[in-house]
Amino acid sequence: MNDLRTPLARVHGLGSARDGMRPWWMQRLTAVALLLLGIWFVVSVLLLLRSGYVAAHLMLADPLNAVLMIAFTTALFWHAQIGMQVIIEDYVSTRWLEVVLQVLVRFLAVLGALASAVAVLRVALGY
Amino acid sequence: MEPTPRPLSPHLGIYRWQVQMVTSILHRLTGIALVFGSLMVLAGLFALAMGETSYTAFQHFSASPLGLILLVGWTWSLVFHACNGLRHLLQAAGVGFATVVFIRNSWLVIFVSLVLTILIWAWVIFGGAL
Repeated sequence: MNDLRTPLARVHGLGSARDGMRPWWMQRLTAVALLLLGIWFVVSVLLLLRSGYVAAHLMLADPLNAVLMIAFTTALFWHAQIGMQVIIEDYVSTRWLEVVLQVLVRFLAVLGALASAVAVLRVALGY
Repeated sequence: MEPTPRPLSPHLGIYRWQVQMVTSILHRLTGIALVFGSLMVLAGLFALAMGETSYTAFQHFSASPLGLILLVGWTWSLVFHACNGLRHLLQAAGVGFATVVFIRNSWLVIFVSLVLTILIWAWVIFGGAL
């Protein structure tokens, strides 16, 4: 046997979930984060409904709100990626299509999180 | 590649309708709806970053009939997904696993999600005076 890995390391990731516990755990961790940040987000949106651009800009330019918003969108796209991953694993049985979709969803989720962060920073840093 | 002869899940058609099944299916459906809702969040942030004209256009779209229908749908999806997600987190911690509690909590999630959605939109409609 010319494999330096232990027997345990060799079977890691070979289960039906392929990656083991990490996505399962991150799904729950981001879920808890989104429960808290989601309440903040909904309340913030409800408070800004009646006001226009200036009030919304002032609100998001506040460092605390900017940080919470980036935390919210990052957790949001992360959680969305894992959720879509599980759905694709369950319903897409053609292997190549599954791999293409998984890669695509991951790319889009990262782009979504980065784009949100850039938009928030643009407001918060006052460009 | 030959499909491996692994056992399949029973198809939906042979299941007797039960509330746990409904909350489970709705969790996935609302999750997919919220993926598209996240694009609305992104659009709002971008509109705000780009300036007053684009933010006003974003607000106009949100207040349009199509915008309102989407927002009501996303509100309920978010509230349901959050409530049901909380139920899932509690169950993952071992709380509420007995069948009776499972059924009661599933109905509770549906009820609470509807009430919260109505409260949120009552605030949207009547909250301007506050």
